Amino acid sequence: MSLFFIVALPFLGALLPGVMNAAGRAACAGVTFVVTLMAFVGLLTNLPAVLAGQVVTARIDWMPQLGLNFTLMLDGLGFFFAFLILGIGLLIIAYGRHYLSRNDNMGEFFTYLLLFQGAMVGIVLSDNILLLLVFWELTSLSSFLLIGYWKHLPEGRQGARMALAVTGMGGLAMIGGLMMLGQIAGSYELSVILQNREAIQADPLYTPALLLILLGCFTKSAQFPFHFWLPHAMAAPTPVSAYLHSATMVKAGIFLMARLWPVLSGTPEWFVIVTTAGLVTMVLGAVIALFKHDLKALLAFSTVSHLGLITMLLGTGTAFGVFAAVFHILNHATFKAALFMSAGIVDHEAKTRDIRQLGGLRHLMPVTFVIATIAALSMAGIPLLNGFLSKEMMLEATTKTVLFDIWWLVPALATFGSLMSAAYCFRFIGHTFLGPRRDDYPAQPHDPNPGMWMPPAILVVLVIVIGIAPALAEPFVKLVTNAVLGTAAEVPDKHIKIWHGLIPALYMSIVAIIGGLFVMAVFKPLLRFWESRARPEAKPMFEGFVEGIAVIARFVTHRLHNGAFTRYAMIGFVTIVAAGYHAWVTGTVGDATRAMQQVGPVPIAGWAMLVAATCGLVILHRNRFLALMMIGIVGLMVSVGFVYFSAPDLAMTQFTVEVVTIILLLLALNFLPKGTPIESTPLRRVRDASVAIIGGLATFALAFHYMLRDAVTTPISEFHLANSYKGGGGTNVVNVILVDFRGFDTYGEIIVLGIAALLIYALTETLLDGPVRRKLLNRVPDQPRAGDMHPMMMVVLTRVTMPVVLLVGFYIFLRGHNEPGGGFISGLIVSIAVVMQYMASGFHWASDRLRYPYHGVIGAGVLIAGLTGIGSWFVTKPFLTSDFTYVRIPPFNEFELATAALFDLGVFLAVVGAVMLSLESFSRLARRANVEDSEYPMDIDPSRDDPPDARADAPTGGG
Amino acid sequence: MSHWIIAPIILPALLAPFIVLAARYHIGIQRVLSVAGVVALIALSAALAWQVTDGSVMYYRLGDWAAPFGIVIVGDRLSTMMILLTSVLALFVLLYAIGSNWDNRGRHFHALFQFQLMGILGAFLTGDLFNLFVFFEVLLIASYGLMIHAGGKARLRAGVQYVLFNLIGSTLFLFALGSIYAETGTLNMADLSQRLAFVDPAETVGIRVAAVLLLLVFAIKAALVPLHFWLPSSYAEAPAPVAALFAIMTKVGAYSIIRVYTMVFPPEVDATSGLHDLWLLPAALVSLAIGAIGVLAARKMDRLVAYSVVGSMGMVMVAIALFTPQGIAAALYYIVHSTLAAAILFLVSDLVRIGRGNVDLTVQSPMAGTYLTAAFFFAGAIAMAGLPPLSGFLGKLLVLDAAFDRPLMVWVWAIVLTSSLISVVGFARAGSLVFWKAHSIDPPDQDDQSAPDTARPGILAYGAVGGLFALLVAHTVFAGPVHDYTTKMAGQLFQPDEYISVVLETPGKLSKPKETQ
Repeated sequence: MSLFFIVALPFLGALLPGVMNAAGRAACAGVTFVVTLMAFVGLLTNLPAVLAGQVVTARIDWMPQLGLNFTLMLDGLGFFFAFLILGIGLLIIAYGRHYLSRNDNMGEFFTYLLLFQGAMVGIVLSDNILLLLVFWELTSLSSFLLIGYWKHLPEGRQGARMALAVTGMGGLAMIGGLMMLGQIAGSYELSVILQNREAIQADPLYTPALLLILLGCFTKSAQFPFHFWLPHAMAAPTPVSAYLHSATMVKAGIFLMARLWPVLSGTPEWFVIVTTAGLVTMVLGAVIALFKHDLKALLAFSTVSHLGLITMLLGTGTAFGVFAAVFHILNHATFKAALFMSAGIVDHEAKTRDIRQLGGLRHLMPVTFVIATIAALSMAGIPLLNGFLSKEMMLEATTKTVLFDIWWLVPALATFGSLMSAAYCFRFIGHTFLGPRRDDYPAQPHDPNPGMWMPPAILVVLVIVIGIAPALAEPFVKLVTNAVLGTAAEVPDKHIKIWHGLIPALYMSIVAIIGGLFVMAVFKPLLRFWESRARPEAKPMFEGFVEGIAVIARFVTHRLHNGAFTRYAMIGFVTIVAAGYHAWVTGTVGDATRAMQQVGPVPIAGWAMLVAATCGLVILHRNRFLALMMIGIVGLMVSVGFVYFSAPDLAMTQFTVEVVTIILLLLALNFLPKGTPIESTPLRRVRDASVAIIGGLATFALAFHYMLRDAVTTPISEFHLANSYKGGGGTNVVNVILVDFRGFDTYGEIIVLGIAALLIYALTETLLDGPVRRKLLNRVPDQPRAGDMHPMMMVVLTRVTMPVVLLVGFYIFLRGHNEPGGGFISGLIVSIAVVMQYMASGFHWASDRLRYPYHGVIGAGVLIAGLTGIGSWFVTKPFLTSDFTYVRIPPFNEFELATAALFDLGVFLAVVGAVMLSLESFSRLARRANVEDSEYPMDIDPSRDDPPDARADAPTGGG
Repeated sequence: MSHWIIAPIILPALLAPFIVLAARYHIGIQRVLSVAGVVALIALSAALAWQVTDGSVMYYRLGDWAAPFGIVIVGDRLSTMMILLTSVLALFVLLYAIGSNWDNRGRHFHALFQFQLMGILGAFLTGDLFNLFVFFEVLLIASYGLMIHAGGKARLRAGVQYVLFNLIGSTLFLFALGSIYAETGTLNMADLSQRLAFVDPAETVGIRVAAVLLLLVFAIKAALVPLHFWLPSSYAEAPAPVAALFAIMTKVGAYSIIRVYTMVFPPEVDATSGLHDLWLLPAALVSLAIGAIGVLAARKMDRLVAYSVVGSMGMVMVAIALFTPQGIAAALYYIVHSTLAAAILFLVSDLVRIGRGNVDLTVQSPMAGTYLTAAFFFAGAIAMAGLPPLSGFLGKLLVLDAAFDRPLMVWVWAIVLTSSLISVVGFARAGSLVFWKAHSIDPPDQDDQSAPDTARPGILAYGAVGGLFALLVAHTVFAGPVHDYTTKMAGQLFQPDEYISVVLETPGKLSKPKETQ
């Protein structure tokens, strides 16, 4: 079967358990089993090729430019691991079917399990190290989900997060390491990397790459000092512990060290780091395991210890070390998975895993007893079981390993580790199964159904078979060893034998077993000693560390983002000025190309007024009404400035905009407090003022600089001046620019105006629907209202002037193309005419007489402008292309008709609609509950004959 | 001259006023029109993107005035990809807004939505800096309307800060445009890139300051630290579908930087060297770190997502700041990813809000529809944190790869990887709290009337999130071809001759090519 299918099957199959969940537990587990079986059989179909020494490959390009491709390869090493993953996977699935209770969501469980399985198979079959990284992190993620499977247990959640953080960190470090490795080798394909041993080890990036890769491997394989996450991962259901956290996932780090062994090993760095970490882990894990009372914790630390053992063997950098490591991986996978499953059976039946509450189970659970005992004895290194063989090879390897120039260090520590290992194995057997039968088990233990004990039994059979007849396994182990070594070294010409003769390793073994028995004999005092000593606990330290980081993160984040806008703005301005200043000082300043102009007394006076008004605004801004007046003065002076600089269009626009803005702001002030309170300390105001002054000076300097210099070449405005009449049909260049040269900008801007009005409307509408509505309706104005809110004089005057103002607007609109004016200004003028009606007679009266909803006016305006633009498509011209012609209708003179005028009409409507809709929205807020809307245009009307006192208490709001 | 290239701007610009004019009281009609419009936009954008795959440049003279005198719309590989991304994102966001009834909780959602699209699409297509300013205004004002859609105290407060900060940005934009025009006499990008040659080496301050100010404008939009302060609270407080749409808004800033600072002010131009090529990368790295730290610090899920957006923009800017074709190609790949991932996460946080009434990161009883919501959160978090197998991981590899052997490589690698770890921890804590720890407390008594009603989000809402997720998966699976294409885009950006000659040498009304040069 293609390698793709082997990797893809578990992933695709992961969809099934969730679907089959409803069909029952058997169906759910059944499909999972079948999927795994298919992948397993698929793997076996490749066995002949692997045995023949071929490397099976498959390749699909994914991101060839990056070097990340879906390339898979299957050699001895890959086959070995894939076989373990899928084979043990089958047993675990069968076991898990019976282990999970009815309350557990089996579909979810098997989905995660298959995801993990696929990722794990992916790791061991990847030829591309970036692809390997993908699968690597996927195992971390699926392990996270599986550890946290029992969501209600805090241990599960914390263990899951811890495992993810630690292995995730390692994975991220490994990204760095493997990318460096790939950059050195020039390819991310393992097949290429493995050929480049010399180049890689000579590269200056070798050491950082090695460190980062080892960080990844050590975290994944729980090597000291990253071993602490593994015991906490035991909060997962036992099938997960047996599968991920003893047989497969934790071996991923070891797998990678083996995979990269030909290029990374053999240097002093590799030797010292890997051997030391392995040795320390082995001893430490064994010691801690001895004193653990939780069966799974005991097994977890024993796993840590054995992983350390394998790591140490790989660290030696010798072919024999690799040979022993490979063999021990196989043996450890068999006996440890069986042990975990046995522990799970005990937990499942006795409802406790606490070894202190157990004992004497051999009478109640004979089958389990046999299975667990054989597996544990194998782990202890008892002859005729497979654990003995590899352990002795390990001890033999240590006798040739000299660390830190102390010849006895490694063998002594290894022997000590084996001794402790034997001790905890004996404890596991003795305290669980031996001893007198008790009557205080939390539940009545008995052997489970065969579905649960068969899977470990199968493994135990392997333990015995390999233990008695190692020659059966030897060719395969050598095949795998050869795959690990690659071209870097030859497979050692040794055989796995039960009897090697009287070599040092044998004595070390004997010492370990006898010592183990001795430790068991004095276990009680030892335990008392152990428990009386304070030990660093990894979990609180880790959680404290993460919590500490989180506290720092919160501190930084919340101090930085404290919600004060002035601070944000201050930082923004300082940044802008600093960046601009930096650009300035690193550049060159040339001479001015323009001379300073002479200034007369009138401009100076106007300029002084502008400055004075602006300063006044800053000083008086706490009184909002005064501030508004100051804004008006500033606007007026700017308009005058435009006139002075011969820009009558701009002046008119500015002027009308000022009028409308002031009216709108007055309306808004109606609902706001009259003053702005002082909210910041004097120091902060000094700070803000300094920033503002610096910003102002910087702007001034920049403008001054530009005004004294010509552009580097002719500005485009020359073209506009030259072609305004010829191409745009208008002599008012400003208007032609607005509606023709850059009509598209204007189109955008009227849309901005329209949106602004729409959102003011939407905002006030939301307010009126919400809790603010009551507050608004019942508010009591903080200042006395005018007695005569709609004075007759004003009403009459606005009515009379309205047609005149409208006509002026019409006139301004029409002349726009050639003289100052245009749709924008005219729209503002017409708006003012209508606004005056609102002011005179009140909102209610005016809006009752409104025939065109302002929404529609805005919409129509924008639509007309857009459709005018589209119109030019029909004469195969681009959007907004203008045309004009001269017509003569008697008795008038010849006049110009320009399509731009139609566009201008859109502008006009949009402006009118936008202004009026904003005003209307504000006015709606002004209505109050206890005030009747007047149905008359003015409060005091001599022509009306209803009695004055009936109207006395009915002044309307608004306007 | 084909008019298609302008259609993505005109369509929403006509649809929106039509909705205001004819359908403002009928939510049903608005929905139909809005969805139809976006579907049409997708078709248009896809067709346009297809047209320029060969590297040609589509060009449109508004009002028939040739560049640089009139405004031009230019479609090349980059801009058409951005409009395609925008319109596809818009469709799913719109469906979500309809499915969750967000669009009906205030006025004018659909009109503002269309205007918003017009602004974004216009910004991607224009070839003129002043026109870009206009579209920035359109998208700013429309986004403000969308942001405060449905009102509420916290939202309005955040909205005010949003609009104020962006007004600072707009003012700065005007200053920058004024400076550039004063210095060069043009605002057309292609023309500008030609006129930089005339800058006197003895008189460079003018153009230097102008270039920096303009970059800062775009940096504000792209939420680059320390100009990002407007983003966290406004994105967190905005209605979820709006925040999801805003995922593309920060990209407008990134796009503008890519466009202007590869064509007009590339690092090899002497007059403007030693500026952004110097400090943009450190600032981007700080953004990345601040974003990740914020993810860990957040107390609410929506804010967590907002900080992750800051971080992902940092990542985009890191890639851009390398100013190499490889870096830009990585940035473009990452932009697509980060837009989709951010949108998914904002929508997921809204699913949580629907399920349990708030998004506080505290223990509360399990909510309805947990499994699917949790699965989407998990997937979105993986994508955002840059873990395999989703596109975030691939994007991260591309950025790391592009940074190899460049200045500050160690910093880039260290910060990219560390911030990834911090986000992983942050997301894991949040997810474990919301989706797992909920099971540790007793569910509220079924008979208890005071228990809040937990609603289940509609199928359309889930469908929209699922659709975005499918896109993300496609972005991962087809990473090879996509990255090939972004590499071609980057190539086109660093060889802008075709772009410039098309824009400047096509004659228009009353002008011949190069006549006035």
